[in-house]
Amino acid sequence: MSTVSQVEVHEHSEHAHEEHHELGFIRKYIFSEDHKVIAKQYLISGIVWAVLGALMSVVFRLQLGFPEMDMAWMKPFLGDWISLDNKGLGKLDPNFYLALVTMHGTIMVFFVLTAGLSGTFSNFLIPLQIGARDMASGFMNMLSYWIFFISSVVMFVSLFIKTGPAGGSWVIYPPLSALKEANPGSGDGMTLWLVSMALFIVSSLLGGINYVTTVINLRTKGMSMDKLPLTIWAFTFTAILGILSFPVLLSAALLLIFDRSFGTSFYLSDIYINGQALPNQGGSPILFQHLFWFLGHPEVYIVILPALGLTSEVIATNSRKPIFGYKAMIFSMAGIMFLAFIVWAHHMFVTGMNPFLGSVFMLLTLIIAVPSAVKGFNYITTLWKGNIIFTPAMLFAIGLVSFFISGGLTGIILGNSALDIQLHDTYFVVAHFHLVMGSAAIFGMLAGVYHWFPKMFGRMMNNSMGYIHFWITFIGVYLVFFPMHYIGIAGFPRRYYQWSGFETFNTYMDLNAFITIAAIITVFAQAVFIFNFVYSIFWGKKASANPWKSNTLEWTTPINPGHGNWPGEIPTVYRWPYDYSKPGAPDDFIPQNVPYSATPESNLPEENELIAAEKEINSIKYDTSLHD
Amino acid sequence: MKKDIEITKPILTVNKWKFIVWLFIVTIIMFFAAFTSAYLVRRAEGNWTEFEIPPIFYYSTAVLLLSSVFMHLGYKAAKKDNFNSLKLYISITFVAGMIFLVMQYMGWTILQKEGVFLKGNPAESFYYILTGLHGFHLVTGLVVLFFSFLEAFKMNIHAKNLIRIEVCATYWHFLDILWVYLLLFLVFFR
Repeated sequence: MSTVSQVEVHEHSEHAHEEHHELGFIRKYIFSEDHKVIAKQYLISGIVWAVLGALMSVVFRLQLGFPEMDMAWMKPFLGDWISLDNKGLGKLDPNFYLALVTMHGTIMVFFVLTAGLSGTFSNFLIPLQIGARDMASGFMNMLSYWIFFISSVVMFVSLFIKTGPAGGSWVIYPPLSALKEANPGSGDGMTLWLVSMALFIVSSLLGGINYVTTVINLRTKGMSMDKLPLTIWAFTFTAILGILSFPVLLSAALLLIFDRSFGTSFYLSDIYINGQALPNQGGSPILFQHLFWFLGHPEVYIVILPALGLTSEVIATNSRKPIFGYKAMIFSMAGIMFLAFIVWAHHMFVTGMNPFLGSVFMLLTLIIAVPSAVKGFNYITTLWKGNIIFTPAMLFAIGLVSFFISGGLTGIILGNSALDIQLHDTYFVVAHFHLVMGSAAIFGMLAGVYHWFPKMFGRMMNNSMGYIHFWITFIGVYLVFFPMHYIGIAGFPRRYYQWSGFETFNTYMDLNAFITIAAIITVFAQAVFIFNFVYSIFWGKKASANPWKSNTLEWTTPINPGHGNWPGEIPTVYRWPYDYSKPGAPDDFIPQNVPYSATPESNLPEENELIAAEKEINSIKYDTSLHD
Repeated sequence: MKKDIEITKPILTVNKWKFIVWLFIVTIIMFFAAFTSAYLVRRAEGNWTEFEIPPIFYYSTAVLLLSSVFMHLGYKAAKKDNFNSLKLYISITFVAGMIFLVMQYMGWTILQKEGVFLKGNPAESFYYILTGLHGFHLVTGLVVLFFSFLEAFKMNIHAKNLIRIEVCATYWHFLDILWVYLLLFLVFFR
């Protein structure tokens, strides 16, 4: 496959012109093969899931912050999960608490930050930014979305069954998840969870294969790999991570399915229930953890890398400066991607693994701090002395950098195998990953929505509402997760229904209540965003073709790009995407499709030499004898 | 880096579908790599039963390898626009694939007579799961083959349009190699 790096685009402009007949409503908006429509479908599904996941967190935060609270008022929509005692006091069912935590994790990690983030922006931006008519296979793309949709439906249905949704936490460790007797949530809810996740994996593999193929094979004339926007690099690395790690989760899930439903014992051994020995012999629950975290760790980079890519683009555009260290950014993302596969056991330091092995994984884990820090520095140096324009997208991008740094610092602490003995499964871990991966990725996603909204819907989002949304969310996130570190250091274990049984934990009850209030405010501040989003789709101010004065190719399309993206020929690319505020240039941006020959006043000496090569780029002929 | 420019060549080396099928193969490799490494990790922990692999699994391997040969002959026939032999070879490949699946199933029944069960020791469970999952992938291979067969009848596969048969052949050969790997693995790491 080494030859493919030279591959230039196989374009089907002649096709595109033939296909101008109008599609019916169903093919246009529902079973669409157009990457832009699929991206919007992913985005809206992601937002719906995010609302659901966030509301779940409100319910369990209420339980944690105010364990004595009367929850009877939630009975209308939680039904039997609120049990009334003889005084009429409503209590949250402890098993449902576990199910809520599980579902919150699953929904946020997979349905919102994997499908909602990668699915939206990889689909939307890859063809637009590399200059392609559509994805490599529109049909596979459509299939990917609809399999994700079925997976969503299965997961959603599991919320309404009698025994409740899966309750073994999003990592579904056996034997808890393997035995129906262990927990109501390990019954049918877990079965549906596994079915849903298997479908989800198929969907993300179809998507990921499509993304990589599109980036490698369908770039426009002149778009060599070193001229790709960093977003595209990030999406490509994300897709590669998914392609390599999701099959492993599928195999782990499959063995679990066999243990649950076919009586095998891959993960089960020597288990007694009520004094009765189970027939399962010879399995190893640690094996599941190895398989799970071999996906699970890359998964956190699947979540954060696209957000980092979007941030690079937003920060460079709104600082009106070239991104600092373009190549360093690519190499650090590549480094993160590579390291992602060899650090999984840092989630398992306390499983009784060999301490020497623990040291190896600790060393590898701490090395990730290097490329992450490179990225952090590059964002800050890009901002440094920039002509910063604080659009809502820019604020969210800067917010991401802030969370990425403050959450990343605690990662260095947690990566130590000795310190992890104290901190493992405490709220310190919860605070760490909610900052570095949860909030950071959500902020990247929101930055992306605010920034590319004009291209998606042809209208602008309201700025004032954007600022309100940003400031409440940004401050709210810190108010939620900063105190959580202290609670974690104090030893509060995660996934506990309540701590009131322990005298020691009473000290921090007020802090927990504070976190809950901050969380509720933060969650309900998202209503501003939802309103802004829906309102602007229909009644927002009409957008111009290039509202942010950006360089990348998507802004050269019409305001509402149709099928095939560009009405005429796809623009040719001559320069990298970050020529902002170039000395000598009349404007503070030079789009990628402007040749050096047209900008003699701002060319550097070595760029003048490239003018000769432009003829060569122009004369590229596509080999049309190749079939699709 | 933005300064030096690659000399972009007006060539297309890889068709997108070929690229897609290779990426798909990568996912299957990761899938089975996970199983075989889980197998090794579990085996190292002891409490592992050993059993003889019935000879029918070796015979089925021969059948599958033979099908690969015919697949290749079919591809060569398509290249020469030799439609009759193309159809014949694809049909033989398809039938050989079916025979392979039947032989795998017979192998399972023999194993069960010998007291090797899916619900038994993980060594036994793994044997069924690895062969079963390969069998499942072979069924998907048969589906791909079936569509190539239809296309061959519609005269859509010819020297100027080889993508379909090439993709189909790549996948089929891969499934073959995958089985050889699994069999050798199961024989040597019993």
